[in-house]
Amino acid sequence: MALVDVKGVSKRFGGLTAVSEVDLTVNAGEVHCLIGPNGAGKSTLFKLIVGLYPPTTGSIFFDSIDITAERPYARVQRGMSIKMQAPSVFRELPVRQNIQVALQERLSGAECVAEEERLLTLLNLADDGGKLAGALSHGQQQWLEIGMALALQPQLLLLDEPTAGMSPEETHKTGELIKSFNAEGMTVLVVEHDMAFVRQVAQRVTVLHLGKIFARGSLEAILEDEKVAEIYLGKTHAH
Amino acid sequence: MLKLLDGPQTLGRGKIFWSCFLAVLAGALIYPLFADSYDVGNFAYFLIWIFMALGLCLMWGYGGMLSFGQTFFFGIAGYGYGVLAINMGGGTTTIAALVLSVVIAMIAAGILGYFMIWGGISGIFFGIVTLSATLVLAFFLGQTAGPEWHIGSARLNGFNGMKGMDPLTVGSFDIEGSALYYVMIALIVIVYIALRMLVNSSVGNVIVATRENPQRAEMLGYDVRKYQLLTFVIGSGLAGLSGALYTSWGQFITPSSIGLPAAAMPIVWVAFSGRNDLTATLVGSFLLLFGFQTITVYSQQAALVLMGALLLATVMLAPQGFVLGIGKLVVDRWNRRRRRDEVPALADTSRLQSDET
Repeated sequence: MALVDVKGVSKRFGGLTAVSEVDLTVNAGEVHCLIGPNGAGKSTLFKLIVGLYPPTTGSIFFDSIDITAERPYARVQRGMSIKMQAPSVFRELPVRQNIQVALQERLSGAECVAEEERLLTLLNLADDGGKLAGALSHGQQQWLEIGMALALQPQLLLLDEPTAGMSPEETHKTGELIKSFNAEGMTVLVVEHDMAFVRQVAQRVTVLHLGKIFARGSLEAILEDEKVAEIYLGKTHAH
Repeated sequence: MLKLLDGPQTLGRGKIFWSCFLAVLAGALIYPLFADSYDVGNFAYFLIWIFMALGLCLMWGYGGMLSFGQTFFFGIAGYGYGVLAINMGGGTTTIAALVLSVVIAMIAAGILGYFMIWGGISGIFFGIVTLSATLVLAFFLGQTAGPEWHIGSARLNGFNGMKGMDPLTVGSFDIEGSALYYVMIALIVIVYIALRMLVNSSVGNVIVATRENPQRAEMLGYDVRKYQLLTFVIGSGLAGLSGALYTSWGQFITPSSIGLPAAAMPIVWVAFSGRNDLTATLVGSFLLLFGFQTITVYSQQAALVLMGALLLATVMLAPQGFVLGIGKLVVDRWNRRRRRDEVPALADTSRLQSDET
């Protein structure tokens, strides 16, 4: 069953068409990766789905409801949760308070404190709860933001380059975390460059090229696709 | 509820802080017993402005919205009180006039804030639009000298100012002098406590998060515009409270209490004090108002120049505010000293234990 259905969506910035007539379906319960070379329109499509840009044409459905005209906060209230490309945390607030802001709509009192501790431990930030978020390393800020996104217990977790700036160990751990959330039933849509990471987590892959859908299918099928290898992966990666 | 008095958004917590708070409050309560009535009246006068400073602290320091419109709402409520008190006939109805004039200021803030916030105005443009509204109101009121400018029997009187309204009155008792001073103290305590609870609540968490990163706050499911509007209405309402109290205190109001020099004053008070903390704003604004009032007796121009110099010094030397900076320094030193005292104590304990073994 489709959780997200993008139908004929285009986005033009003046004379530049960043996304053109894109159809994309993300099924409930899958980890779906959106890949493509630089300038393919991945981040623009991501921002269209979360509501940061209004589409020039086309419609976006979430759980069969047309959300095209809804603002980002309304989409989040429907069950989306988002981690942006660059770390987007509340830099002048303590780490713990960052998580609290994300949790407080759903939980209160002792439940909120317990969940806060669980998330901080899960993300290796338990010892840094009192630090200002801006004082964390880049990788830790990425995790903190993932933690804030998870605190909402979303149906759909949207991650835009979640491992940017992370070490290989941190990247692997992030992949394992995503797989564990998915095993609990969470749908995940990831925009990612790192093919090792994509191999680790993806169940289905959509390839964007020059703002259009270039290929889609299972991870294996995409890795075997010669044309995808030519435009993006490099032939040595395909085999 | 009382747990909200202390929290991450307010400096000063624990027994020592609240003991100091009670000591200062006790001092303020017994002050009229020892001071002459002129000084008590003066104190009551500059306590009037504290509400406006606390309102700006909430909007600017906590909400990230630099409003130059505090005197706009001060003027609306100040003139509102005058019009209502004159037309309603004085006496106890002045209490209703006070409440209604603050409500009118909050409605005006709701309307202006809605158009600004829903229109996407933020940052420096927020200050520009609110300053423009302030100057327009001051200019408009300045040209209302003719007899045709009246609301009911209340004449606006242009730059000569509106006068003739009663002070706050309950029955036949006029709330003036020491009585007004005690009303001010009670209102300041109520507003200060209420604001502390607000900023340490879940709503306060969102207000601060919106200041830090509005897009991230929206991505957590909050309609940040509603929180910004709420902050703007409360902060402006407090300026309105200052305006209504000012008019009832002096029984007159002129457009000069709205114009540019007046509009800049709250910015100086709050910037100098430390916009990120309510207590720093409360203490700093009180000190500045006291100093300003004292110097004004000798030279108003000198007092204005000093205010400008203080703003410059704040921007150059202590962007987070002098009072807040000094407060943090004192707390840091205190904590460091406590830690130093604890280390020898621990060392003594461990020495004793090793001696025993």
